[in-house]
Parts: sequence; C-alpha cells; structure tokens
Amino acid sequence: MDQKRRTFLKVAGISTLAGLGAATGVGRLIGGAESAMAAAEEAQVNASAQNGTGQNAACGDACINRYGMLIDARKFREDPTLGERVVLACHREHNVPNIPIKKDEIKWIWMTHYDNAFPEQANLYRDEVNAQFQLPILCNHCDNPPCVRVCPTQATFRNADGIVMMDYHRCIGCRFCMAGCPYGSRSFNWSDPRPYIDSADMNRDFPTRTRGVVEKCNFCDERIRKGLLPACVEACGDSKAMVFGNLNDPNSEIRQMLKQHHTVQRNPSLGTLPSVFYIV
Amino acid sequence: MFEKALKGNNYYWMWLAFLGFIIAVGGISYLRQFFYGLAITGMSRDVSWGLYISQFTFLVGVAAGGVMLVLPYYIHNYKAFGRITILGEFLAIAALLMCMMFIMVDLGQPLRALNVMLHPTPHSMLFWDMCVLLGYLFLNILCGWVILTAERKQVAPPKWIYFFVYVSIPFAISIHTVTAMLYCGLPGRHFWLSAIIAPRFLASAFAAGPALIVIMALILKRVANFDAGKEAIDKMVTIIIYAAIANMFFLALEFFVGFYSQIPGHTHTLQYLFSGLDHHGHVYNNLVPFMWAFLILFVIGIALISYPATRKGSDLWLGLGCASIFIAFWLDKGIGFVLGGFVPSPINEITEYYPHLNELLITAGVWAAGFFVLTILYKIAIGVEHEIEA
Repeated sequence: MDQKRRTFLKVAGISTLAGLGAATGVGRLIGGAESAMAAAEEAQVNASAQNGTGQNAACGDACINRYGMLIDARKFREDPTLGERVVLACHREHNVPNIPIKKDEIKWIWMTHYDNAFPEQANLYRDEVNAQFQLPILCNHCDNPPCVRVCPTQATFRNADGIVMMDYHRCIGCRFCMAGCPYGSRSFNWSDPRPYIDSADMNRDFPTRTRGVVEKCNFCDERIRKGLLPACVEACGDSKAMVFGNLNDPNSEIRQMLKQHHTVQRNPSLGTLPSVFYIV
Repeated sequence: MFEKALKGNNYYWMWLAFLGFIIAVGGISYLRQFFYGLAITGMSRDVSWGLYISQFTFLVGVAAGGVMLVLPYYIHNYKAFGRITILGEFLAIAALLMCMMFIMVDLGQPLRALNVMLHPTPHSMLFWDMCVLLGYLFLNILCGWVILTAERKQVAPPKWIYFFVYVSIPFAISIHTVTAMLYCGLPGRHFWLSAIIAPRFLASAFAAGPALIVIMALILKRVANFDAGKEAIDKMVTIIIYAAIANMFFLALEFFVGFYSQIPGHTHTLQYLFSGLDHHGHVYNNLVPFMWAFLILFVIGIALISYPATRKGSDLWLGLGCASIFIAFWLDKGIGFVLGGFVPSPINEITEYYPHLNELLITAGVWAAGFFVLTILYKIAIGVEHEIEA
C-alpha cells in the first residue's frame, strides 16, 4: 500500500510540475518574447495600409511610426568638433550628470572608435581614417530589444513607435538590462546624480534621476512628441551628419538615404534589429 | 521546537555572538550603502554585477545541493541518509535566505523590490528565478519542519508531506537551472552564452553543497555529539567526487570549444580568467590568482577525498578535502564566472573589478547571517535527535 502511494506521488508530482511548466511557463515565455516583434509587424502592416490610402486613421501616429536614425560618420570626420557638440546637446537636454569618476559615469551618447563601436568587424590592417577618428554611439532602440526581454518589472519597455523607454519610477535597479544590452548603452546611477548636474545648465523641463536606477538614450521622446527633432540631430544643423525619421514611411528622408547609401548596423548578427544605421 | 535553540553551552553562544558581531558590522555597512548608493562598491558601468550577485549565484547552488540527500533517501529509499537529510534541507533554507539577502543588497532601489511581483513579467528570467527560489524556500521550510516535528513525536510523517518532498526535487534542479538562464540567455556575452552553463552549475552545486554538508556533519560530530554515520558520509563523498569531476569536464569542454574554434569572443574571457588578457599592450589579469587557486584546490581536494587513507583514515583530512572542493568551486562560480563574464565589455573595453571595503563587509555580514540561521536550525535539529535518543 505504502509503496503504491509512494509511486503514485512520484508520478503525480512530476507530471503536475511538467504540466504546469510546459503549459504556462513556456507558452507565456514565448508569447512575451515575440510580442515586441509582433508589435513591429503590426505597425508595419498598419503603415503600408495607411500609405495606400494616404489616411492617418484611428490608429494614431504612434502605431505607424518606427523611429530610426542614420549617422554619417564621414561628417563627424570633416568637422572634429561636431561630436562634442552633439554629446553636449544631448546631455544638457536630459540633465545627464557629469561624473568625473570613470566607473560611475553616465552617458547617453558618446564618441568612440570604430573598433569599439563595431568590435565584430576586427581588422588587422585597419584603415587610417577609422583608426584615428571617432563616431557617436547611443542606444540602438532595437526592434527586438534584449533589455526589454530581461527586465523583471517592465520598467524598460518598447513603445509602439519603436522607442525603447525607461520608467525611472518603476526600475528596481537590478541592472539585468545592463548585462543584457549587447551594445553597452545603459548607465546606472551608482549615487545621487544631482550634485553632478550643473544647475545653471539644467533643463527644467526634463526630470533628473534618483540614485539606484538605470538610464539611457530615449531618442528624445519628449521632443518628438512636440514635433521637434532629437537634440543630437538638431545639434548637427544642416550637415546631415545625423538623420532622424520614420523607418516605416518609404518616402521619409531616412528611408531615401538608406536606399542610396551602404549602411551598417552594430552587431546585427545578434538579431536585435537595431534602429540606428551608420555610413562609415 | 525553537526552545532547543535557546539552550546551549558557552561555545554555542560565543559562536553566535561572533556571527552577530559580523552581522552588525555588515548591517551598518549596508546602511551606509543604502543612504549613499551603490557607488561605494567596486561595481562600474562595465562590470555592473559584482560580489553580491556572484555570491548569490554560488549560494543558489549550495541550496540546490541539498537535493543530493533528499533524492536518494526519498526516491531510492536509501536509509543511510535518514539522519542527515534534515541537514540538507536546513542548509537549503539558510542558503536561500543568503541568496535573497544578496539580491536585496544588490538592488539600487531595494524598497521597490515588490515591483517584481506587482508587475509580473514572464519573459524575464529574474521573475522566474524569484518564483522558484521562493517556492523552494517554502518547500524546504515546510518539509523540514513537518518531518522534524514528526520525528520528535516519534510517529511517521503525515502522508501528504511526501507530495511536497517529491515536488521539492525538481524544484531544486529548477532553482539552479533558472539561475543559469539569467546568464546563458544574454546575447553579446560570449562567456555566458553557452548551453552547458546550467548543467555545469548543477554539477558544481552537487559537489559544493554536499561538501559543505560533510564538513558540517564532521563538525557536529565533534561539537554536538551527532554522528551522521560512516556509510552516509562515505556515500556523500562519492557523490561529491563524481559531481566535482563532471564540473571540471564541462569546464574542459568550454576550453575546447573556445580554443579549438579559436573564435575570439569564446576565448577572451577564458584567457582573462586563466592567463590574463592582452588588450592594447596591457595585460589584465586580476582574477588569474583566484582561478589558479580554484584549479589547485580542486586537485588537492579530489585527491584527499579519493585516496582511501585520507578519505577513510581521518576526519581531518576528509574535512580538509571537502573544504578544498567547496572553496575551489566558490572561486570558480562565486568569483570567476560572474565577474569574468563582463570582460571584455560589449564595446571591447576592459574594466577590472576590485571590491570596495564596504562591499566586502556587507558580503561578510550576509554570509554570517546565513551561518547564524544555519547554526540555529542545526541546533534545533540536533536537539530533537538527542531528545529522541535520550
């Protein structure tokens, strides 16, 4: 009798667990991972449908846009001061603290060497231009963002317009997204950032952050909503060093430029589908 | 049964006072970190997880290791483990509490920790890790307590508890599997992006966990007049040997894949850990001594617990052998695995990690808190054993 019951319990325990695990766990897991892709596809379908009629129907702007950026590294070589201006414009706009301790630094966009931006493109005989000059890197606003996948609280999430956003009030500071981001785009507030923000320069229209949360480039979501260009793009003036636009609109400037130039994305082999493109 | 923890000799109270002192120092250090932020740690933008998460990872393994007693006893009815199964279950409780404390001290906003439950996110492995860790903690408290109570009353445990005992076995496997999945599903972190991480974690857990239990059993034999039994210890040592060798085999496979394929991403971290990584003319190697200590301690440990004269001849050599294995795998998983995975960074820069003193004190405090709980739990378990014998 006892032996039978023991056997039964063994089987019951294992099969319950297997059942629960397989049905809910895996199902929801796959559902979650694919939702970002599905949203993107939906947006594309909407976009093509609406382009046909030329109508911007009930869906609203958010569904039909997928924002992207094209960075022309050649322009940054022609004007060596441009990089600094771009970084400054962004960091001022978003009250990014200027922390002198390297391990604690916070950056949304910064200049780096080609070999750092594209480490998978290693070349023993690097051309002089790329060995010498720098180009800007920032959050890629991936269409399939690993940071969103790993975040345990949905504090980082993907907007319908493709922008990967941060909710500074929900983030618990576990830094899983920093481990998950394959582009090193995320920074953590290791201490209170406010003492490191120049109060004279502070942008009163954008929040400062508290210690213990992760932050990164938001593609100037707050400016786009007002119909403005991102601060970095604006800082480039008419140079077209950075072009921002709707990737879902085949007539947009960025799509035209993508059609005309050979562009590259950072580490595309990871399947993250970055929204930032480079002309090197 | 808690009253058993309130009666003890001077050594018992001195040991608890010693642990209490370390806990207090850790607590004060944590308040410093709580009010200032994680800047008083060695973590950085590039190495964004440090000692806390690496200790957490290792201790999940220690918690899972207890299943190496539960499984033979309850599934295979291996009677020799009857007396010490409770040691495994109580060790799991203490280790899981340490895991949770390490997660909490690592959070930038610890007061928001409940957001993980308020906004459940099935596509995040951290959410699942929380589920299985809490589940395993609950199962061990329940099973440990109910079975010990039954033992005290000298009646057979209630039949329903066996359901939870059997469920706890896959749960033990799952806690370490899901913990491995925190790492092995991240694109762009080549060292972690390996399907063998979960099996390797389990192998090292099934060596380190039982090794700690053997050490505990040998200590309890001396200080608490509790004999686990020769057969039980011997069987556990056998389990440790096989699990430890499996871990090294899996590590060797990582080396083969990296160095035979010669894909730079697969070799960089291994080079960084074991020989130092040359980067723009500078060799970065601050973890190399730890990794070599790991290899040497493994060899010493496996020799001591395999060679019959040291394995069966003296408790001291056996204890030292198990301690070597435990420390070796702590160096491997509790230091090298997590810290090494951040080098080089995704943008091919190298930042080395040196823990801050405050961080070391907090880490010591959490370990002390775990051993404080473990001491009390073992005191209760052994008090019950003595009561029955009397």
